[in-house]
Amino acid sequence: MTTLSLGRVHRFHPPLKLTAGVSVVAWVVAWFTEAPLSDWLAFSLLGLERGSHFGEAIAFFLLDVPKVLLLLLGIITVVTLIRGFFPPEKVRGALAGRGQVGGTVAAASFGIVTPFCSCSAVPLFIGFVEAGIPLGVTFAFLISSPMVNEVALVLLWGLFGPGIALVYMAAGLTVAIVGGFVIGKLGMERYVEDYVWALQGKGPAMVEVKLTWEDRIRDAWTYTKDLVGHILPYILIGIGLGALIHGYAPTDLVASIGGKSNLLAVPIVVLLAVPMYSNAAGTIPIVQALLGKGLPLGTTLSFMMAVTAISLPELIILRRVIKLPLLAVFVGVVTTGILIIGYLFNFLIA
Amino acid sequence: MKKIEVLGPGCNNCVRLEANAREAVAMAGVEAEVVKVTDYGQIAAYGVMSTPGLVIDGKVVSYGRIPSAGDIAVWLSE
Repeated sequence: MTTLSLGRVHRFHPPLKLTAGVSVVAWVVAWFTEAPLSDWLAFSLLGLERGSHFGEAIAFFLLDVPKVLLLLLGIITVVTLIRGFFPPEKVRGALAGRGQVGGTVAAASFGIVTPFCSCSAVPLFIGFVEAGIPLGVTFAFLISSPMVNEVALVLLWGLFGPGIALVYMAAGLTVAIVGGFVIGKLGMERYVEDYVWALQGKGPAMVEVKLTWEDRIRDAWTYTKDLVGHILPYILIGIGLGALIHGYAPTDLVASIGGKSNLLAVPIVVLLAVPMYSNAAGTIPIVQALLGKGLPLGTTLSFMMAVTAISLPELIILRRVIKLPLLAVFVGVVTTGILIIGYLFNFLIA
Repeated sequence: MKKIEVLGPGCNNCVRLEANAREAVAMAGVEAEVVKVTDYGQIAAYGVMSTPGLVIDGKVVSYGRIPSAGDIAVWLSE
């Protein structure tokens, strides 16, 4: 391994420690004053009536938008900073030679901390296969990485509370681990595109890039800013629709259509979720409002898992490295897992 | 004449890295050509799994992040 050091071209920046310190203090102050402030804004300054449809909808919007933004900016910066230490190139080394069982569990867990963008899916897949990581272990990672992602977890934690966020994480890990096992057992290696096998052993040694804390903090902040900027419109639309549902939809409307007595509700929400690929930011606020109007927890979980886990663009990209039968098995296994989770929670939580 | 390769299938991050690389060439005042590598096989051949990756004269200098034009300029002048 070669080691490179980052030089820096001189340019004026305010001292990083000062900027970071001020940001943290501002974040904490905003976090604790956000709820009373938005309440005051809605009901005192704007003079809206408590309990009225319009008033409740606006208050919901004013409460949720700053809360979600603060959570996303704060937590994603921290998560990105931490996971900078776990690039897939290192994870690969840790996964190789762990065997089927240990490897699958480890791969699913690594999926939580490692970054995943669908444009990286193919190089990642090739890298794993090249390192001799079994197919089942690779898929455990490919299932868990987008599904148990930080945007979904942060939004769930902030809008639904820690309980549901942890349940979602556990359910996502379970689907990834079981899905990985199943795909591993099916012995589908021949459905990986031939050129992927031909690439084996060609990879030269990786370069270890030395990053300073300053580089890491800047990287994390730039990444977070870009990400939040990109999903902001969806968040605003999502919270807006959520606010309308919260203020105007009758309490029993959702329960009567999507309630537990309707067995088709779980598969229907999974189908609905497919075109909303990876758009956890916009869908979770809507789902929060629906849950408040009587959508059962299992159905809710199925919907959110399907939004993050099954994405059409990702499938199209993965098609470049795996053949259709394996792609179909991948979708089938993930969908089955999500359906089981949905029915299970609807059944367990009376 | 240096050769800079930007590894990535063409997502936003790769486009930004390419822009930074071109800016860096101007900053460093060296002669260099910037090439995009979008073929997955070639990207994998460099051992890069997280895109975008940056290669200068056949050597991987960065991956999974977007180095600033200033940093790339320093690498170019080395």
